[in-house]
Amino acid sequence: MALQSLDIKARSATTTPPPRARDPIHVAKLIDISKCIGCKACQVACMEWNDLRDEVGTTAGTYDNPRDLTAESWTVMRFSEVEVEQGRLEWLIRKDGCMHCEDPGCLKACPAPGAIVQYVNGIVDFHEEHCIGCGYCITGCPFDIPRLSKKDSKVYKCTLCSDRVAVGMEPACIKTCPTGALVFGTKGDMIRHAEGRIADLKERGYANAALYNPEGVGGTHVMYVLQHGDQPELYANLPKDPRISPLVSLWKGITKPLMSLGIGLAVFAGFFHFVTVGPNEVDEEKETD
Amino acid sequence: MSTMIQRYTARERNNHWVVAILFVLAGFSGLALFHPAFFFLTNLFGGGPWTRILHPFIGVVMFLGFVALAARFWGANRISSADRQWMRQFDDMVRNRDRNLPEQGKFNAGQKYLFWSLVVGIPLLLISGIVIWQPWFAPFFPIWLMRVAVVVHALAAWIMILGIVVHVYAAIWVKGSVRAMTRGTVSAAWARHHHRAWYRDVTGK
Repeated sequence: MALQSLDIKARSATTTPPPRARDPIHVAKLIDISKCIGCKACQVACMEWNDLRDEVGTTAGTYDNPRDLTAESWTVMRFSEVEVEQGRLEWLIRKDGCMHCEDPGCLKACPAPGAIVQYVNGIVDFHEEHCIGCGYCITGCPFDIPRLSKKDSKVYKCTLCSDRVAVGMEPACIKTCPTGALVFGTKGDMIRHAEGRIADLKERGYANAALYNPEGVGGTHVMYVLQHGDQPELYANLPKDPRISPLVSLWKGITKPLMSLGIGLAVFAGFFHFVTVGPNEVDEEKETD
Repeated sequence: MSTMIQRYTARERNNHWVVAILFVLAGFSGLALFHPAFFFLTNLFGGGPWTRILHPFIGVVMFLGFVALAARFWGANRISSADRQWMRQFDDMVRNRDRNLPEQGKFNAGQKYLFWSLVVGIPLLLISGIVIWQPWFAPFFPIWLMRVAVVVHALAAWIMILGIVVHVYAAIWVKGSVRAMTRGTVSAAWARHHHRAWYRDVTGK
């Protein structure tokens, strides 16, 4: 087997179980929005480590730069100006990118075997060499993360620096964050760390401070500490209760085996009908008049 | 040997087979992307990315071919009360008790219902297919609509495939009918037996 840290837990378009002999630790990235100053050092570190140079775009009059995730920008800071209390402006800055869902909709939707994998440590990774460019993962993702490249028709997103994590390093964004808003470790440690931060925020008047680790997708391996945990939509429309769309679950769940079975049964029904009643032949003698 | 009757012209036969071949290609490439059990079919099309690239183009050409075919056969596929009676006698039909069935025109009720399901299903496949056609058209549609489209596309394709499985089997089962679509002719006895109203129409008997 390959590196233990790259053991695979789930693989797209694969109906048999992957190797399950070992179950190493689950990792998570914690993004403490209350500590983020919006410096975008994480965006730079991501570009640098992953060797990505997106096209220079244009400004839309906000600090969002680039304006959206692209095949070459796997993380972006989203700036929201909100007034939760009248007259008290808050600048909420959310580092957007793949959430590394425990139950990944992209992987569920993907038709190409092995194009999307989930490592046992929880990281969801795209293997572009197996990607066929169909864009099904885009329909599967509850967070609108995967981006189809216009250059090569492959999809890209944050890898949680799976290559760095595999050799015991933290992701590049974590390494560079100057305020400690980004931390990385085991999922258990990150939840405990978040609890300390939430207690602190509550003391400072943020009564609804909470951890964002949405149950609808089985929890995520990228979590947020939100000052306003009761209103995640304030943070550039972070979904309150993300889950894989029931349409995608229907399409990639029960219909796949049932429809395939139906087609198989139709073919067999024809064969056995023929064996039972025989061909429908016209008696040339009797029919002539 | 009884006399032969022209059932399909060369143009009709060619049009039918263009649609048929493209349907099989679209079906195989579509199934390859539907269930991992069929992913090996991508090998017929030059691999996964090529299957994804070719499938929609095959589908569009099939749609155009089907429009022409549907225009040719539209009039002969109107459902009559005899057709509804024929469907009620499903049991007689599958047990080869043809003599109990009401007489049929150029197409029997089974063929007509297949025709109308294709008339509904193939445009549905085209519309839903355009919504999810990467990279050309899908980026213009919201994600929720793409989610609806993938389900519509799969369901419509499934019904079309089931219909065509029955269609192909019926051609194997009912002897003398493959010849109609390959050579264009059927025996007078065949026409009299299976499509008596049409037989009387063309022979004046």
